[in-house]
Amino acid sequence: MSDIIYADALPSGKHWSFVLRKGIELTLVDLEGGVNCGMLLYNPLSMLERYNAPDTLKCQHTFKLTTGHCLYSDMGRIFCSIVDDTAGWHDTVCGNSTKAIVARKWGETSYQTHRNDWQQNGHDSFLVEAAKYGLGRRDLAANVNWFSKVAIDDGGRMIFDPSAARAGSRVVLRFEMDTLVLLHTCPHPLNPAAAYPRKPLGYELRQAPAVMPDDICLNSAPENARGFENNRLFHACCGH
Amino acid sequence: MQIKESALAPVTASFRKIVPAGDYFIGVVTKGSTIRIVDLEGNQAADTLFYSADDPSEHYSAMDTLREQGNVYITAGTQLLSDLCRPMLTVTADTVGRHDTLGGACATESNTVRYALDKKSMHACRDSFLLAIAENERFGLSKRDIAHNINFFMNVPVTPDGGLTFADGVSSPGKYVEMRADMNVVVLISNCPQLNNPCNAYNPTPIEVIVWNGSTPMEGA
Repeated sequence: MSDIIYADALPSGKHWSFVLRKGIELTLVDLEGGVNCGMLLYNPLSMLERYNAPDTLKCQHTFKLTTGHCLYSDMGRIFCSIVDDTAGWHDTVCGNSTKAIVARKWGETSYQTHRNDWQQNGHDSFLVEAAKYGLGRRDLAANVNWFSKVAIDDGGRMIFDPSAARAGSRVVLRFEMDTLVLLHTCPHPLNPAAAYPRKPLGYELRQAPAVMPDDICLNSAPENARGFENNRLFHACCGH
Repeated sequence: MQIKESALAPVTASFRKIVPAGDYFIGVVTKGSTIRIVDLEGNQAADTLFYSADDPSEHYSAMDTLREQGNVYITAGTQLLSDLCRPMLTVTADTVGRHDTLGGACATESNTVRYALDKKSMHACRDSFLLAIAENERFGLSKRDIAHNINFFMNVPVTPDGGLTFADGVSSPGKYVEMRADMNVVVLISNCPQLNNPCNAYNPTPIEVIVWNGSTPMEGA
């Protein structure tokens, strides 16, 4: 593993964003066990190109996200690949907590009263980060909820599994194109915890090793080989 | 799976239109009206989006709909929610049993990934969505608003270990889904032209849109 370029932690219930360059590796760390990290992805060259959960799931025949999967844009390109994952199951279907959900589950708070312990929600967090780049509510899409496992039973019912959370779980994302990353650390909307969960997220940035022919994401499905080819064409034409 | 028949007779409908595969439908259904979509020949996919007619920035949200009902399938009784978690429509009848909203719409670009790079010029649902909103600018919709849709009549089971399968259809000729509008909605349907997916036996077929009461939908094409 190459040297860390930058490492930081985001407290619970906060939001942040950055543009990551092609070839950067982002490691997310569940520092204490039980963090949820909401994430949305955009192409900085054309913000209309955004993370598409349905395309990601159907082209890899999966409901969960884990090692070997690629996160696709709606334009058939790969924003990033999951090159390693010790958690095993990440949700990308359940969306965000909202102001109403947080108030219903964990009570109302205000900045005036609670200062930085106010209980922020995922939806409004994305609105704030998106607006920094001229994006709005219409530009939001189904997000990833890193470190949150929601399984489905035979009847289609959603089952949030708190037992999947482990302190020290890591997921490593290799960015396959320049990508605007919006993220928050607000609780998963189905988290049954009695109190607003306060779990921090660690994150680290490194230079990723080159993609080799035996790469796990390139080879996990024939669809991904075609996705990587779409990225190659994109970069060939853009002069990256 | 839950089957619920409708008491409404098509002869009493205020609007009927057959939509061939590869075409789109766009129109307004007013609050309190009922819209039925009929799978005329079976195992078709009707890729459908909804917008608030009064504020089209508010759109159908697959994530909010599934999470709030706690189930990944759409069936009779499902309340279709917007991205503001407001009820848009309620499924009042369904003779299929369940419908997908995880698989999204086919697009020329995703077809390159799913099937082959040289499939990129084959007709796809997203092209129909984009043509529909381009030819009907009065709705104020753009590519930003092409959210994750419902695939009426499609069967996409999730397995307990986290897999997603595109199974044989559970629909058949004449089966339908019916919804009551809980607000004034713009209905946007792409009748799927997909030729590469066995879910429709490689044979896309027409659907019918039927509306009871309310105003006659505005025609897009």
